[in-house]
Amino acid sequence: MIKRSKGEIAFNIFNILFLTFLSIICLYPIYHVLMASLSESGPLLAHQGLLLWPAGFSWSSYRVIMNYPGIWTGYGNTLFIVLFGTCFSLLITTMAAYPLSRQGFPARNFFMLAITFTMIFNGGLIPRFLVIRDVGLYDSIFSLIIPVTINTTNLIIVRTAFAAIPPSLEESAKIDGANDLIIYARIIVPLAKATLAVIALYYGVAYWNSWFTASIYLRTRTKFPLQLILREILIANDNNQAGTDTELMSEGIKYAAIIVSTIPILCVYPFLQKYFVKGVMIGAVKE
Amino acid sequence: MATPKPTVRKKSLGKRILKDLATNKYNYLLLLPAILYYVVFHYFPMYGAQIAFRDFYITKGILGSKWVGWKHFQTFFNSFYFGRLVRNTVLLSGYNIIFGFPAPIILALLLNEVRNQAFKRTVQTVTYLPHFISLVVSCGIVISFCRLNGLFNDIVAFFGKERILFLEKKEYFRTIYIASGIWQEVGWGSIIYLSAISAIDMQLYEAARIDGANRFQEAFHITIPGILPTIVILLILRVGRLMSLGYEKVLLLYNDSTRETADIISTYVYTRGIQKGEYSFAAAVDLFNSVINMVLLLSVNWISKKVQGSGLF
Repeated sequence: MIKRSKGEIAFNIFNILFLTFLSIICLYPIYHVLMASLSESGPLLAHQGLLLWPAGFSWSSYRVIMNYPGIWTGYGNTLFIVLFGTCFSLLITTMAAYPLSRQGFPARNFFMLAITFTMIFNGGLIPRFLVIRDVGLYDSIFSLIIPVTINTTNLIIVRTAFAAIPPSLEESAKIDGANDLIIYARIIVPLAKATLAVIALYYGVAYWNSWFTASIYLRTRTKFPLQLILREILIANDNNQAGTDTELMSEGIKYAAIIVSTIPILCVYPFLQKYFVKGVMIGAVKE
Repeated sequence: MATPKPTVRKKSLGKRILKDLATNKYNYLLLLPAILYYVVFHYFPMYGAQIAFRDFYITKGILGSKWVGWKHFQTFFNSFYFGRLVRNTVLLSGYNIIFGFPAPIILALLLNEVRNQAFKRTVQTVTYLPHFISLVVSCGIVISFCRLNGLFNDIVAFFGKERILFLEKKEYFRTIYIASGIWQEVGWGSIIYLSAISAIDMQLYEAARIDGANRFQEAFHITIPGILPTIVILLILRVGRLMSLGYEKVLLLYNDSTRETADIISTYVYTRGIQKGEYSFAAAVDLFNSVINMVLLLSVNWISKKVQGSGLF
């Protein structure tokens, strides 16, 4: 047993207290939102300070939000964007990462250079906007998927993972008569499953969170993803398109909207956490 | 079995390309969607950036629009907004680095000193949580808490101060932006440092203990030097992105009364270009920002190579 000095004991106490305090600060806002969403509007308005339990229990905020126009179509659209987008991004990213990871592919350095350059320099928001319009994606739900198919950082991570697979596996498959497409689908992708799970999560979260592109490219309300509907509900100060009914919404209803939209994430989060953490490490190796 | 190198005998370039395409046909096939993606969504916009030097009208097309040279850049540099936008961008980003960058390092160091593993894991899980809340929702929470009858004002009132509309006051914008960012990312950001700490050789600690070092000395002489390379690399990355600050959060949080401190170059590009349709002018402002950004990134990378012996590219 190591002897501890008074200074160390004092530090330990301070450290535990500080970290507990920090945890409360991280958790409390979410808890506050949950409690406020379950409150009655009158008592909630009158309530001051921390909210440890609902101020007059009521489900009415949830009833309002469940009937809010756009919330369910938003949910449906987001579900489609997340599911289809993640699969599509994963497919295109792995397809590109495989040739780029192969020593024997002479053009790979040229393509890597061209791809890395896009991380350093870009044409900017306006030229990009014009291109997306010109290719006919304006007011299409695919404008949220196709223009962001590949995230270059993710591509580089996948490429690094593929490059770490021993070439002897490929060689033996080649002797057995497999071509590059079969090697890609049957050997490389299954062997990198762990990394791909992490990348799938990264893509999924990015699609789930995206609202800005939707706000630029989508005009038809029934195509809006959930985050855009949420912005309409939560952020009424928007100076260009503040809806009239949003002004009337009580705080409780806004909080209910937050809970309804965040519950799926918070429910799966504890199970996915370790993959995310692993992903940070993978990214760190790259850097 | 490595693909055979192209033969040394001089062939015409065309023939060599054809041969490469034939031997690597599957490679190109797999790469094709990605090539299309990068050409259309990254290189076309680079080509289109020339509208910054033209008076662009959609009906006339890029090449049909009149070439006006540096006109839009001059308008921007001479405008009242130029100094304000550059100052706001640099200050918001700079303060964000000064306060936001050390926070996860400190958290990682404190977590490393916790001996009770269950407590440590709980703190980690809880502090990672805000990272998983979407930006729209976290900004929505901030806005709700900042209202006159919101939680922050309840706390302010509890201490006997007057309630303030925080989001309507231009002097509070940066604080709110940076503090909410720390709230959301401090736990998540600490992961990378914790993993760097776990990679430090345990023998160093044992040797230090035998020499009579206490825990503070261990932290200052082993842990911090051990994660210094990670810190330096991440800091360089952050500084390299000084000008490419996320504008989505600013767009969600700012309003007319805070624009004086909150408006940054990228949000200005958005309001002038997308909302008001002044494509050429906005493209010029954006191009200015992109070029500064590129120069910054490349010089920071160069410094990193000099100091650390390795850069990012």
